[in-house]
Amino acid sequence: MQLAEVVGTVVASVKSEGLEGVRFLIVQPLDRYRKPQGRPVVAADAVAMAGPGELVYVVGSREAALALPVPFVPVDHAIVGIVDAVERAR
Amino acid sequence: MKLGRVAGTVVSTISHPIYDGRRLLMCDLLEASGEDTGDYLICVDTVGAGAGEVVLIVDEGNGARQVVASPEAPIRAVIVGIVDELVVDGSTLDVTGR
Repeated sequence: MQLAEVVGTVVASVKSEGLEGVRFLIVQPLDRYRKPQGRPVVAADAVAMAGPGELVYVVGSREAALALPVPFVPVDHAIVGIVDAVERAR
Repeated sequence: MKLGRVAGTVVSTISHPIYDGRRLLMCDLLEASGEDTGDYLICVDTVGAGAGEVVLIVDEGNGARQVVASPEAPIRAVIVGIVDELVVDGSTLDVTGR
């Protein structure tokens, strides 16, 4: 799982079966110091509460689909938590 | 599996229910030589690892779901061990908490 910042929203009215009602957000993956790392990706919002500007953590690959109400859907990134704080000892 | 050093914790109130009551640790990934790779993973802790410790990480969904005993858990990275000793090419690397 990786840290990411929500930078935008995606609206799609025609979607694959099983994705009805799932929110999609554009997230920018972050490095360990919360600096942008790589290109933004579209992630399904499994907590249904994330919004632009928020720090979240994202799970990738097949585990992303398992976070959603219908577990076998074609998604490759999902937001599984909103981060309150990251406490780095070093 | 991967080697990592526990760098800190991630606190999250609003999350997928499978994460309730689980500790999320931020782990800096290490080369076999013990050097920092610059990458990191947010991992679910299943062994009680602490800051600075070198740990063994499974970054693969099937293994992770088996560890948390939930066939539909959206979890991919799990800490499954705390490393006591690491010997590479005959030399012992420092794995003590720093």
